Amino acid sequence: MKKDDDFMPKILTFLCNWCSYAGADLAGTSRLKYPTSIIPIRVMCSSRVDPLFILKGYLNGADGVLLTGCHPGDCHYQSGNYHTRRRFAVLKKIFENLGLEHERLRLSWISASEGQKYAKITTEFTQKIKELGKNSTGTEIFL
Amino acid sequence: MTKVLTINQSVEMGIREFLKFLLDKSKVKGVFTLKKLNKGGDVAYSLITRSDELKDTVPFFPLMPINAGKLLSRFTMNGATSEPVAVVLKPCELRAFIELVKLEQGFLENIMFISATCGGVYPLNMVHDGTIDKNLSQYWTAIKKEEIPPNLRPACKACTEFIPYNTDMTINLVGNKTLDSQCEIFIESKKGEELAKDKDIKKKYSEKESKKKNLDNFRGKREAEKKKIFDEITPKLTGMDGLINIFGKCIGCHGCSKVCPICYCKLCEFESSDSEYGPSHYESELRRRGAVRVPPNTLYYHLGRLSHIAISCVGCGSCEDVCPVDIPLSIIFKKIGESVQHMFEYIPGKSITEKIPLTTFKEKELTEIEK
Repeated sequence: MKKDDDFMPKILTFLCNWCSYAGADLAGTSRLKYPTSIIPIRVMCSSRVDPLFILKGYLNGADGVLLTGCHPGDCHYQSGNYHTRRRFAVLKKIFENLGLEHERLRLSWISASEGQKYAKITTEFTQKIKELGKNSTGTEIFL
Repeated sequence: MTKVLTINQSVEMGIREFLKFLLDKSKVKGVFTLKKLNKGGDVAYSLITRSDELKDTVPFFPLMPINAGKLLSRFTMNGATSEPVAVVLKPCELRAFIELVKLEQGFLENIMFISATCGGVYPLNMVHDGTIDKNLSQYWTAIKKEEIPPNLRPACKACTEFIPYNTDMTINLVGNKTLDSQCEIFIESKKGEELAKDKDIKKKYSEKESKKKNLDNFRGKREAEKKKIFDEITPKLTGMDGLINIFGKCIGCHGCSKVCPICYCKLCEFESSDSEYGPSHYESELRRRGAVRVPPNTLYYHLGRLSHIAISCVGCGSCEDVCPVDIPLSIIFKKIGESVQHMFEYIPGKSITEKIPLTTFKEKELTEIEK
């Protein structure tokens, strides 16, 4: 049995098919350890992620939302991740201005060869979310 | 200095007469403007080709039934109008239309824009309860004195973009003391100039050079009002509790998105089957939360709309005007919208060539948000 104080967050993670998903795969095949908090969703490109997806996750009680994609300049579709970056910045700004917990949202670039980085980022982010605690939207009624 | 056509009649009569002249002489084939429906304050936008129908038009009536930008996009959606049309609209409506054109929802060609320095409009409910007529004389007195008339739409009180961009002709309303005797039309574009060169127009109207009025004083008043209104809402608009307090009373009519000029999608995510809650969904939510608002997803709808349109929000105030439960939407969207637009130094509808920030990018920017 898990102890109550042993809070394991749920982190919705969008992985782009061409870089970050392969990066996560590499982390697995390299037998690197990363937390079980990650709920991976594979998307063809990070720019496929409408801000609504992030919002929906956040409002449905995801403790964190991690959006990952190829490094700028390396997008499989040339410019997808540049668009992602602007959209994410806008969403983050909206969160900041409305006093919502924008720290629960994170954008990271992980290439196919960066299994190490993937393990590091997921561990780091999970730690940070643990410090923030549970997302209150999970039990909020009047959403 | 700008070229000015002068008509020796009150602004209301003058502009009507000018539109009639344009139609009669076939300078334009249609006129799009506000037209009175009856003796009360009811007005509606109309597209007019028969010049005797112009008699009840009220081009600068302080009311915005629907944002004209949205209406213009309806009849230019599939291509430019085949004949030239003169359109009289407010600065924010013109900005909304420019945004829609950039979103490929309309065409600018063949449209002659006539706009004005705008004093703001009244909320729609003042027409329904008949108080708008009583306020009209007060409105024009305030406008002449460069003051903000009382009872305006909150978005209008806080509007600092009252000078039109991208217009062909502008009429000075704010701070113009000769509104009742003279109608001055400032020529602002090549299209306008070509029209002014026309021999019929030269014969009929006197032309002179004149300076546009400096409206910094008025802008200052609007800035102060905006700050006051923003300061009022800021403490309420903070954190999940604050948002639930504000948006919790939403009845989910989606009226705000129906009237929003920027919300142009025919198939809205929030009206699609993806957003429908079936009985099984309620069950699973209840198992998790122990109680659930019906209908749910109010906050998702409003924040989602913010994330989609804040970058292009022109702050016309239509959303708040139609809200049956008086959510201060226009101020929220204006406040958040401005903060987002500020990131990219973007003013929606200011320039037709400047791309909407979310449709373009720079290679080196925003590195602080990637970790």
